[in-house]
Amino acid sequence: MSRLTFDRKPAKFAAARLAGALAPGRGAAVGPLKLEGNEPLPLPGPDWLRLTPRLSGICGSDLAMIDGTATAYFDPLVSYPFVPGHEVVAMTERGRRVALIPVLSCLVRGINPVCGQCAARRTNLCERVAFGHLEPGLQSGFCADTGGGWSTWMVAHTSQLVDVPDDLSDEAAVMIEPTACAAHAALRYEGHETVIIGAGTVGLLTLAAITATRDKDRSGPLIVAARYVEQRRLAKELGADIVCAPDELPRWVRSATKAMVVGDQLTSGFRHVVDCVGSTDSLKQALRVVAPGGEVLLVGMPGNVSLELTSLWHREAAIRGCYAYTRNDFMAAIEIVRRFDLGRLVSATYPLDDYKDAISHAASAGRRGAVKIAFDMRESGV
Amino acid sequence: MPRPGFVLEVDRSTPPIMFWRGENFSLEKLPAGRSRVIYPPEPLEAIEDIDGAIRDALLNPHEQDPLPAQLFPGMKLTIAFDDVSLPLPKMRSPDNRQRIVEAVLDLAAEAGVDDVHIIAALGLHRRMHEYELRHALGDRVYDAFHPRGTLYQHDAEDRDNLTVIGSTPEGEVLEISKRAADSDLIVYVNINSVAMDGGWKSITTGLASYHSLSFHHNPETLQHTKSLMDRHKSELHKSVWRLGAVMRDHGPKVFQIESTLNTDMFPSPFDFLSKREWEWKAKDRATFLATTKSLSRTPTRLARKIFHSIEGPHQMTSVQAGDTEAVHKITLEWVHKQQLVEVHGQTDILTLGIPYVCPYNPDGIMNPVLVMCMGLGYLFNMYRNKPLVREGGVIIMTHPTYREFHPVHHPSYIDFFEQVLADTTDPATMSRKWEKQYAEDEWYRHLYRTGNAYHGVHPFYAWYWGAHGLQHAGKVIIVGGDPPTVRRLGFTPASTMDDAFEIASDVVGRTPTISHLHVPSLLVADVQ
Repeated sequence: MSRLTFDRKPAKFAAARLAGALAPGRGAAVGPLKLEGNEPLPLPGPDWLRLTPRLSGICGSDLAMIDGTATAYFDPLVSYPFVPGHEVVAMTERGRRVALIPVLSCLVRGINPVCGQCAARRTNLCERVAFGHLEPGLQSGFCADTGGGWSTWMVAHTSQLVDVPDDLSDEAAVMIEPTACAAHAALRYEGHETVIIGAGTVGLLTLAAITATRDKDRSGPLIVAARYVEQRRLAKELGADIVCAPDELPRWVRSATKAMVVGDQLTSGFRHVVDCVGSTDSLKQALRVVAPGGEVLLVGMPGNVSLELTSLWHREAAIRGCYAYTRNDFMAAIEIVRRFDLGRLVSATYPLDDYKDAISHAASAGRRGAVKIAFDMRESGV
Repeated sequence: MPRPGFVLEVDRSTPPIMFWRGENFSLEKLPAGRSRVIYPPEPLEAIEDIDGAIRDALLNPHEQDPLPAQLFPGMKLTIAFDDVSLPLPKMRSPDNRQRIVEAVLDLAAEAGVDDVHIIAALGLHRRMHEYELRHALGDRVYDAFHPRGTLYQHDAEDRDNLTVIGSTPEGEVLEISKRAADSDLIVYVNINSVAMDGGWKSITTGLASYHSLSFHHNPETLQHTKSLMDRHKSELHKSVWRLGAVMRDHGPKVFQIESTLNTDMFPSPFDFLSKREWEWKAKDRATFLATTKSLSRTPTRLARKIFHSIEGPHQMTSVQAGDTEAVHKITLEWVHKQQLVEVHGQTDILTLGIPYVCPYNPDGIMNPVLVMCMGLGYLFNMYRNKPLVREGGVIIMTHPTYREFHPVHHPSYIDFFEQVLADTTDPATMSRKWEKQYAEDEWYRHLYRTGNAYHGVHPFYAWYWGAHGLQHAGKVIIVGGDPPTVRRLGFTPASTMDDAFEIASDVVGRTPTISHLHVPSLLVADVQ
């Protein structure tokens, strides 16, 4: 029985930052992440259950944390030491196979009355993620009281659980959480011409979610900018009309919109741009190709970025965040996972003992032709 | 007395043969007993008194009155001239265009003609840079006319300044520069590098609109152009000659001046390029080795700069003026005298060394689309009667075929490569599906009209140029090319010439016959 924990250790955090800058994922070897024994956690309340994770994915936000590139913004929203892992398919003690909705909203935290966002069922925007009877933590996997998926034990509130249909494999089930993010992002899709920047897990799942709702005959073109060959192949398969290399994107958008070019800026562009990377470069590119009055939907988690915003102002474009999901998004995600057979995107699984290799693989997934890397606890013998 | 062209049958004693490879060269050993190398005739003797010959041509034209007799005060005179797409490499100063234009201007001045416009007959080519205009016409002409707005470049998209002359019975429309159409006399100054150039093609392409060009610059016409160098078997030239008849019957009078060049293309440091390999002396071998070694260590960008700075001797062998068809007939005789080589029979394979330059990238980058155009368009078409390679045979080219484009000169080429070639390499399909979009793209139009970009539709034309070769060849292999880029062109990449022969064996067997067209120096194989 074991778990990976992440503690607040500034010196190790600095070392991880340095190592991560040299080679993505290297922070796992020198940073605060460590493998240790795992004793069952006490249940925080009566509606809580113990879970034994089967698979738990490695997300971009996890990698940012491990390599020390996550912004300090999250510091008050997490509690140390925590066990990472919020993409989870697990078993309850009664033998239910469940996917975890990791958001630690008012209901989970025992806060009554619930905040305005939770009352409006926008639990992803809960205003009380640092309050209530739990330690701060915006999600399971970032909270000291709940544990996380990178372990053989964790706890969850009953409201956080979604039963996994029998026809879905564990690999498919572990894709439900990231697909729910994508389903949430796809709620902003209205059939306009759309660009998706990035074709890692987030980009590909967002593409699948948009394709699931898209009437191809009546909607504008859908372009995906993908860096790697396998990503391009998958993007084409998941419904992109055009797949191009990131540096070719402005050229494709220009051609599709018959835009002129002034300096680096297209005079028109696409109304809907989905940034699934969240870097300075991807956001700059998003602003180059978004139409006047259009919207850049930021789905990939950004860190500190440096942006020239004059064009945003001048062209009345908008950048809008897109974080997590609601229970409805989870239900939609199950259908999307099933329809597009998204379990195949789990490229490799590792036991917790091999966490350094797993992190390294996840950090270079695109380059290595992989998409989702997950920890596999099924043979851990709990 | 220059030696005529020569077909070398390769035997065991034949040294390796030089191939162009973009901004470098290689030596390739061709299989003995079944390979032949076709060398061009040596350069013909040049005219010594060029200015005298030009003046003589203007005063004693063919089937027209002498030029002075056609010039009068108050007339509108338009001088049109070929752009920098030829000759290649650029001509050592003074350029023949400068000599001829100056001579025409002298006669115009003597006759009191003061309404003179000089137009670069670009067709859909890129506008020339100022330094290129100065090189072609000289500072005196440039400084006298350009500031006054009477030296300018043809704009095939300027609707206000184009006019329809008429149509052929086949429905082809001749629409050309309004200024040229409204002139009392057009003097066209031509440089005839190859048999394809000149005649009615000069005005009907150089001064025409996109609409007018589209009647013959299309896949169907070019697939039936066999070859571009054989006017009488070229559907393109038949169309152009029909349009020429419209010009003759309904347009202004044309005084055509054509000049031919010998094959002295490269200056002395590059002497070895024009020599036959078995005649290389120690100095040639040393120069070749030093050149290839240093080029292989030189960044491509710098190597490109070095090559594009070369100025060729390109000595004039003839100049004739007067009636377009009468003049062109003589021109063709001179071109054939310099370039024609008799060859017997076709072979299974044709090998071609592709150089750093083709007519569409002077001072630019030989992008992958142009590699296809140069190989299957220009070099494959250097024949009369029948192609050097049999139908269904294999064409092997050597070129690095890098995925690199000149962003200013070739913006629509980049999109064409990424968008169109990713969809289809079939000329007819791309014409039907994509050409209109590129032709009507406002951004490309803007760059063509105000910048130095080829017209948006030009990459299609470059591709159509190779349509006949594409249809004829069973397989096309590029040796030394970037594999993904070569595959995007629809061709097969090979690392070495031996690999290429191995790949070709799937199509032509293990003991194919091989022709190698020796480049540089232009030649037309007269295949019997």
